[in-house]
Amino acid sequence: MLSGNLLWVLAGASLLGVASGLIGSFAFLQKQSLVGDAAAHAALPGIAISFLIFQQKDLPLLMLGAIITATISVYLIQGIINRSKLKSDAAIGIVLSVFFGAGIVLLTIVNQSSSGNQSGLNDFIFGKAATMAKSDLVWLSGSALIIILTCLTFYKEWKLVIFDTTFAKGIGLPVNLLRFILTAITVLTIVTGIQAVGVILMSAMLIIPAATARIWSDKLVTMIIMSALFGAFSGACGTLISSLKTGLSTGPIIVITASSLFIFSYIFAPKRGLLVKIQQRRKIAKRVLKQEVQAS
Amino acid sequence: MNEFWVLVTGSLVGITCGLTGVFLILRKMAMIADAISHTVLFGIVMAFIITQSLNGIWMMLGAGIAGVITAYLVQVLQSNGLQEDASIGVVFTTLFAVGVLLITLFAGNVHLDVEHVLMGEIAFVPWNTWTFMNLTMPKAVWMLLFVLLINILFLLGFYKEIKLSTFDPIFAMSIGLPLVFLHYAFMTLVSFTTVAAFDSVGAVLVVAMLIVPASTAYLLSKSIKRMIILSMLIGMLSAIGGYYFAKFLDASIAGMMATTAGGIFLLVFLFRPYEGLLMKKRKLVNMNNLTIKS
Repeated sequence: MLSGNLLWVLAGASLLGVASGLIGSFAFLQKQSLVGDAAAHAALPGIAISFLIFQQKDLPLLMLGAIITATISVYLIQGIINRSKLKSDAAIGIVLSVFFGAGIVLLTIVNQSSSGNQSGLNDFIFGKAATMAKSDLVWLSGSALIIILTCLTFYKEWKLVIFDTTFAKGIGLPVNLLRFILTAITVLTIVTGIQAVGVILMSAMLIIPAATARIWSDKLVTMIIMSALFGAFSGACGTLISSLKTGLSTGPIIVITASSLFIFSYIFAPKRGLLVKIQQRRKIAKRVLKQEVQAS
Repeated sequence: MNEFWVLVTGSLVGITCGLTGVFLILRKMAMIADAISHTVLFGIVMAFIITQSLNGIWMMLGAGIAGVITAYLVQVLQSNGLQEDASIGVVFTTLFAVGVLLITLFAGNVHLDVEHVLMGEIAFVPWNTWTFMNLTMPKAVWMLLFVLLINILFLLGFYKEIKLSTFDPIFAMSIGLPLVFLHYAFMTLVSFTTVAAFDSVGAVLVVAMLIVPASTAYLLSKSIKRMIILSMLIGMLSAIGGYYFAKFLDASIAGMMATTAGGIFLLVFLFRPYEGLLMKKRKLVNMNNLTIKS
């Protein structure tokens, strides 16, 4: 059953899961999960523009375009929030939908040009995990490696910036630079991922494993490691399940695996799980009742 | 004639979304609208699988239910301690993934292809007509008029309540307004609006029409009435402008409508009175003059 191609896809999806799990935790803790969603949508015009300029389907060039527009989108969101009375939800919504709209306009223009028809740029919207080739995997593992190494290098600094910005500034850390690196790495993760699982489901890979890990742990190290593991597990499991039957698209199955993990944790986790919480509520109710009885 | 109907549809999308969008922005729920616009896909697919028909009424019903479920699930996750952005993200991506999967499994060869749902095709609107009381109009126009009517009736009926629960929820609760009912009724309206618009501009770009004109109007107004009127006008302008730009470039009409709305937002953002960049610069110059003089 494990044919050569399936093995590539399996490795790619797991690596992607690890990378997005790592980065997703940082985005989650900064309350910027949906900014990742916006950046994923904003990658689309970048891909189309770089295709229009270079007339090539070289992955590095397309990725470069995507990285540029996605980074611009993150800073635009920040700019709108800082310079107007609009709140973050509106700012994210504006940037997300307008960039995506512009991306679709550019895609239709690309599809008109003679070379564009076979370019398969539409793949970027829904992903094409199942047809990942060896060459795609080289890129994927390269950027996953960069992402993982950067996370290890800046772990302590990012932790400080996220939890206590004022203190970080006080001891002289370059907070803005560190934030920029985090944004750039987030964008790199997203851009790497969208060709595999598509624009919309990429946001799921950023958000769901991190949210699942948060249920299990209060410690940053544990949370990040768990999040990466959950991501890898969903990637691998989703790929395997979708290979069982033709017609099952890989992207959605990966996401559904991740959400099943989330739902399981949400109900059964110790400490924060739903069952434990219900039990605690009952205990409190009982105690209160007892006190009332004793008082009367 | 076809061009006329496309313009009418676009303007109706702009007006309806502009109206609903005002309260989305004021209630800080823009991203919940984004979530609903994705999960509507799930509702429509479920409606199709259950009824095996593409009837507009069933689709509306499915989408309405999916919208309420989305709002409810987000609320549940949030009240159990997950932060808001993550709850929205988890719920809509999951339901969207399920929707896409169901389409590929059960509805692959129907008109329900994912790309159509996401991007819409407003150019095909005029060919799908429906006659009612000797009046033949495109189906999309009927649906949009119907939703606009519901929206207006709801607003007229509950204007005071909605306004109060938007600006001062604690006071509204203390005088006994049914906040929960208002919240879910409003969420249902958002889902209806999304479905009515999705056939022409696609689920993802509905978000643009819901959020961007209302945000632009928000920057320009200090009263809610002015904001509603401006938002509807800007929505209409984006739709009509978008159509002509798209015709000029021969590109996606829906995408161009979103882009035009974004362009209008950018212009207003830069040049708005009081806070725009130009005004700020002039203020700075004035201040400099003052300090030099004194």
